[in-house]
Amino acid sequence: MKPLAVAVIGNPNTGKSTLFSALSGLQTRVGNYPGVTVEKKIGSVRWDGQQVLLIDLPGTYSLSPRSPDEMVVVDVLLGHQPDTPAPDAILLIADASNLERHSYLLSQVLDLGRPTVLVLNMMDVARRRGIRIDAEKLSERLGIPVVLTEAHRRKGLEHIPSAVRKAIESARPRHEVFPEKFRQVATQLAEHWPRHDGVAPERFLVERLLLDVDGEVERRYVKHAGWPLGERLREARQELLQHQIRVPAVEAQARYAWVRRLLDGVYQRPSQQELTWSDRVDQFLTHRWVGLLVFAVLMFLVFQAIYQWAEPLMGMIESVQDAVGSLVSSLLPPGPLRSLLVDGVIAGVGAVLVFVPQIALLFFFIAVFEDCGYMARAAFVMDRLMAQVGLSGKSFVPLMSSFACAIPGIMATRVIENRRDRMVTILVAPLMSCSARLPVYLLLIGAFVPDRYWLDGRISLRAVVLFAMMSLGAVIAVPVAWLLKKTWFRGETPPFVMELPSYKWPSWRTVAWRVYERVWAFVRRAGTLILATTILVWAAGYFPADRQPLDQITAQIEQLQSQLNASPDDAEIQQRFEQLSQERDRLASQAIAASFLGRAGHMLEPVVRPLGWDWRIGVAVLASFPAREVVIATLGTVFSLGSADDSSSGGLVAALHEASWPDGTPLFNLPVALSLMVFFALCAQCASTLIIMRRETNSWIWPVFTFVYMTALAYFGALVTYQLGIRWLV
Amino acid sequence: MQPSDLSAATTVTLDCLAVGQVAEILEVQGQDAIAVRMLEMGLVEGEPIWLLGQAPLGDPLEFSLRGYRISLRRKEARRVRVRLLPQPTSSGACRS
Repeated sequence: MKPLAVAVIGNPNTGKSTLFSALSGLQTRVGNYPGVTVEKKIGSVRWDGQQVLLIDLPGTYSLSPRSPDEMVVVDVLLGHQPDTPAPDAILLIADASNLERHSYLLSQVLDLGRPTVLVLNMMDVARRRGIRIDAEKLSERLGIPVVLTEAHRRKGLEHIPSAVRKAIESARPRHEVFPEKFRQVATQLAEHWPRHDGVAPERFLVERLLLDVDGEVERRYVKHAGWPLGERLREARQELLQHQIRVPAVEAQARYAWVRRLLDGVYQRPSQQELTWSDRVDQFLTHRWVGLLVFAVLMFLVFQAIYQWAEPLMGMIESVQDAVGSLVSSLLPPGPLRSLLVDGVIAGVGAVLVFVPQIALLFFFIAVFEDCGYMARAAFVMDRLMAQVGLSGKSFVPLMSSFACAIPGIMATRVIENRRDRMVTILVAPLMSCSARLPVYLLLIGAFVPDRYWLDGRISLRAVVLFAMMSLGAVIAVPVAWLLKKTWFRGETPPFVMELPSYKWPSWRTVAWRVYERVWAFVRRAGTLILATTILVWAAGYFPADRQPLDQITAQIEQLQSQLNASPDDAEIQQRFEQLSQERDRLASQAIAASFLGRAGHMLEPVVRPLGWDWRIGVAVLASFPAREVVIATLGTVFSLGSADDSSSGGLVAALHEASWPDGTPLFNLPVALSLMVFFALCAQCASTLIIMRRETNSWIWPVFTFVYMTALAYFGALVTYQLGIRWLV
Repeated sequence: MQPSDLSAATTVTLDCLAVGQVAEILEVQGQDAIAVRMLEMGLVEGEPIWLLGQAPLGDPLEFSLRGYRISLRRKEARRVRVRLLPQPTSSGACRS
């Protein structure tokens, strides 16, 4: 039997995702619709033995598409979306406490003429607000089944399957909300719509064409159909205007008039001018001073969580990774296989898992804020500020989170419905100074910035440099965002017309589900690519050098190590051990010089010379493509320090101070250190960020664009820094 | 205020309401995405709307409409023409 396809649609803030996950459980496949940034989510369940595919659609206020992203929803509902089953029924989720406005979408969905079930969710909230609903009468007037639910308590969900079946079995007449004249004009316009295989166009699309001035339907169909349709469309709108029917206002007027008739006597809410419990909370949370203070405290909490609370968890993951690495090393002799497993595979898996604590913590807070209604207020409070750079308040939380890590930050941009705003936010997020840059700054500042103080020791030069490096990206992001909004993502200012949902207690089930879903999506869909990148960069640094002498020495060292463990006081073994270690570090540095990565570094030397770098710094920067902090370990290797895990100790700092150009002049000085730091502040050396960007934008164009623009910024930033530095600082 | 020019004098744009003031919507101007979104959200002729407050930085504004709360930027609210409804509190902020 063919599986039953049911599309699930609703306004934002209706508890739709909670309801969807309660209905579909763990059996959900997540992907992207081709060519757009809309997430495709299909759940598979069994209702009385029959297989049912639940298609989750993004939350939307209306079905009048103004972009390809919004058109996907219409295409799926009409069954025009390839590789998505045409829905046999539509499940419309509405907020029972806000039915009047949500009935607008209902009225549009009924126009599709498909079997529909109305789910009135959040019945508990409605009851508490003193709203009374006569569901039976409502169902009678609509001619479709109505189900009452409280999704976060899983109440009422059991009635959905039978309601869907009932909707499919019973036919209902087409629902008409528009004036007679409008319908006539639409029918005439349909005549000019090109027919494919003699099939008449969907009435819904014809009406959308007429109603949405410069909408996506017009863009798609009139452009393709060409002359007759475009001309007729202008005439049709002209004719409507002569009959006092104004587009687009007529749609809202007609639909809300229908809503009024529909709800009259079956839906009663207390009089409007009465402050609810939620309004009182809101007066407090959006108060001029208290509101800002609460906002600042909450944001600090979120930031603290992803910046600091995640730290021990990340440390745990890293120590497990080290333990597994040592275990594998003790079981296998030194050689390509061991190196692949330890430095490629295990390091790669670790590189994926290390992000999980930050993602989980950020989405925990986002889920709580969203579920209790604060997320919309955060956008409300910050909108004025973000509007200065052409974004909206919704970009604040993603950008702030990016100061800890751009990956959860970019994943959090899903709260931004407007595509252009979301894209600009994604593209500037990696400029925010993330926690992976910090070790690089700390190393270089500690090694090369003089320990000087001003104002009786209250201001430290090192702290000033650190602060400058941490703010550089955010400062640069302002003109970048402005420029992107002026060029690539130009267009009408997106409306910030947004519902401020009433406050409620968050449902822990919903929160836990959101966190699980985001973490799993990251591990499943970005994890494999991050792993692959780590292995590729490992291979580039490993091959094609002759590593046999290195492997032999490593084997000897390990043997000596076990002897040393047995008799730690043996001075002879100790001496031999140190000799061999030095020899190994020398060979390792030679091996990386002879590798693909080393050759690329040599070739790049003329390019990085103006930044004050030699080929070795170039190699370290190249090798840090998977993640910025890798640069420290690679610097250790190229400057003959072995695998410098002791970077925090003096070893690496001393090695950097000793490093010199072939003519004996020191390689590193303050301008070089500053140029390297500026480079890291602005570069996109983080494969995981680029990969998550590809996942969220559903295209390789944007990660490539980001890599190019950020690398260019980083290069010129470093160039200017070094060239000014050698003139002013040395 | 003369009773005769009541209707003319009380026609203002939505951004001119004082906190707590109620008005009746007359028209949303324009036909671009912003106008369409406001219409879809229920800012339709004849509907009462009530200013609840403003964001800490002065923009956007929070209104009550059709039993729910909506946020509009001042720039957006300026495009909605409304008629002030008689109420006990003082007059609108934009009238001279």
